[in-house]
Amino acid sequence: MDITTKSTDASPPTPQPTVTEQKRAARGATRPGDRIFLGLSRGSGILLLAIMAAIAVFLTWRAALAISKDEGNFLTTFEWNTNASPPVFGIAVLAFGTVVSSIIAMVIAVPVAVAIALFLTHYSPRRLSGPIAYVIDLLAAVPSIVYGLWGALILVPHMNGLFGWLDEYLGWTGIFSWEGGAPRSMLTVGILLAIMILPIITNVSREVFRQVPQMHEEAALALGATRWEVIRMAVLPFGRSGVISASMLGLGRALGETMAVATVLSPTYVIQLSLLDPGGGTFAQNIASKFGEATEFGRDALIASGLVLFVITLLVNGAARAIIARRKEYSGANA
Amino acid sequence: MSTLTEARTSTLRGASLPKWAPWAIAGGSAALAVGIGIVGGLDSKVQWGLIAAILYVLATFVIATSVEGKRQAKDRLATSFVWVAFLLAVIPLASLVYETVKRGVKVLDGYFLTHSMGLVADSEPGGGIYHAIIGSLEQVGLATLIAAPIGVLTAIYLVEYGRGALARAVTFFVDVMTGIPSIVAGLFILSIMLIFEMQPFGFAGSCALAILMMPVVVRSTEEMLKLVPNELREASLALGVPKWRTILKVVLPTSLGGITTGIMLAVARIAGETAPVLLLVWGTSFINNNPFEGPQQALPLYIYQQYANSAGSGAAYDRAWAASLTLIAFVMILNLAARGVARWKAPKTGR
Repeated sequence: MDITTKSTDASPPTPQPTVTEQKRAARGATRPGDRIFLGLSRGSGILLLAIMAAIAVFLTWRAALAISKDEGNFLTTFEWNTNASPPVFGIAVLAFGTVVSSIIAMVIAVPVAVAIALFLTHYSPRRLSGPIAYVIDLLAAVPSIVYGLWGALILVPHMNGLFGWLDEYLGWTGIFSWEGGAPRSMLTVGILLAIMILPIITNVSREVFRQVPQMHEEAALALGATRWEVIRMAVLPFGRSGVISASMLGLGRALGETMAVATVLSPTYVIQLSLLDPGGGTFAQNIASKFGEATEFGRDALIASGLVLFVITLLVNGAARAIIARRKEYSGANA
Repeated sequence: MSTLTEARTSTLRGASLPKWAPWAIAGGSAALAVGIGIVGGLDSKVQWGLIAAILYVLATFVIATSVEGKRQAKDRLATSFVWVAFLLAVIPLASLVYETVKRGVKVLDGYFLTHSMGLVADSEPGGGIYHAIIGSLEQVGLATLIAAPIGVLTAIYLVEYGRGALARAVTFFVDVMTGIPSIVAGLFILSIMLIFEMQPFGFAGSCALAILMMPVVVRSTEEMLKLVPNELREASLALGVPKWRTILKVVLPTSLGGITTGIMLAVARIAGETAPVLLLVWGTSFINNNPFEGPQQALPLYIYQQYANSAGSGAAYDRAWAASLTLIAFVMILNLAARGVARWKAPKTGR
């Protein structure tokens, strides 16, 4: 094999193929080996699609079993009581908690991640940027349960000071009022999620910023722009859609994160308007915490809430990918 | 400051701060922050750091505005914001690594790695992670056996054959599949298990992990196959070699290093997944070598259960940290090895 590649590389095949050889090559796709191989590889692709379809079908099936017996409204009930007869459960609290924790995570993570990406591409000493990018890659690989353990045992005790300060000066808003419980609340969860999704947003943004045409930046510099003006006028407009899709990928992670939320949050099934007081829950956390004691019906109900999470992440990720795909076509970077 | 501005005589360049100015401002604001911290009685060092950061940004902006003008001041503001953001982000990440290592080494020894939790209550010291390591290795290994061939074949289809609607659909759904939360993959297998009334066992976890692994393998393999120069394919085809043999004997060997790297990174990713294992494999304190029957343990799940089921026992927390350190070490070694393979077997792109 190796010989083949080497010899063809060294001397391009000069002899013209005869007519019969050309015909044979054209017929290539109908050889049995080819057909089997094409079938195998196409089959794998189709299998992947089938798995996606199966996820949707099976989740919907089990979810339908549960929802048909639900006495409350599945979308608006503020209760999760699957053992009662008749069972009453709804996802309102979970939807609220998931959205709130993800919003906090995004508000913190996106600016910081973009700043780090800019740091790596435009500010850091060149010798440092390689190793730092490498470390950030490694941090993206740290398992979420380790983040969860760290969050619960290290981050939570450190939040007391910040919570006291927020309560003292911003407590009047209601959002930041604190009754002094352990800081296992939505804000802590949001901060932990922000730390967890930081590496992925940074990595994708960095790739985009790196593709900014050198000419644009040099043109701006030649006109006397400062480094910040170069970034604002040449880099950010070019990378905007990339940053948006990177953020949405991060959002997808934050929405579906299970273990970190389950370890840090002390959940109660109420909508907690203050971000500092413990309580509330997210889709994934609720499934992990309630699964142990759930009956078969209770599991179906949890599957129903998982179906909602599946649909939401599907939409978010689909949108992110669509933005990336569109950008590839129209930007001049790859031309 | 006025002497600095007067020292510049050239009219072509505006006045600018000397090179040591940012360092001086940083030192000054750090000292001021420590002062405020001591006077104000703030005991959290994090707060000291935050105060120092805010002081630094403000001082830089004010001084630069007065000496260099507004545009330069904005530039310096952006620079300091970027640096501060970077340093702020490094703190938690460094703390994570530091704390895990510091607390993990306490009970991590040969005994810990070679004993299970059988007959050890969660609140007592002793016991180990042998059963979790066995479970993790078997579940992840089986998941890799399922996901790697399917993933590589799908990537081959997309790069070598894929045209038209089917290929576009596969590409799109592979992307979307990357974002499936691990708990949803777990629920999917769970719903099948509920229908067939199956009890939890290791292989069910492997199936869920395989679903999470497939799109990652497809993505990375696709990238690698695209790097194989077309001349190699054309040369092989021109010699009359069938397409499938061209792929097997020319394309795949050329990109083997990259594909291996991708698979190893995917393994590292699924080795840390907890949620599907929690739903499908349940966890046990005993050694179970058979992934096809009975509950098993896995490292991430072990960490969670030591944390959650022990009601704050120090011994359990120590074990959780030690298991975390083991898991991180495993993932990091896989990552580093994968990068090593990538560098060693980098695809030969033309000569």
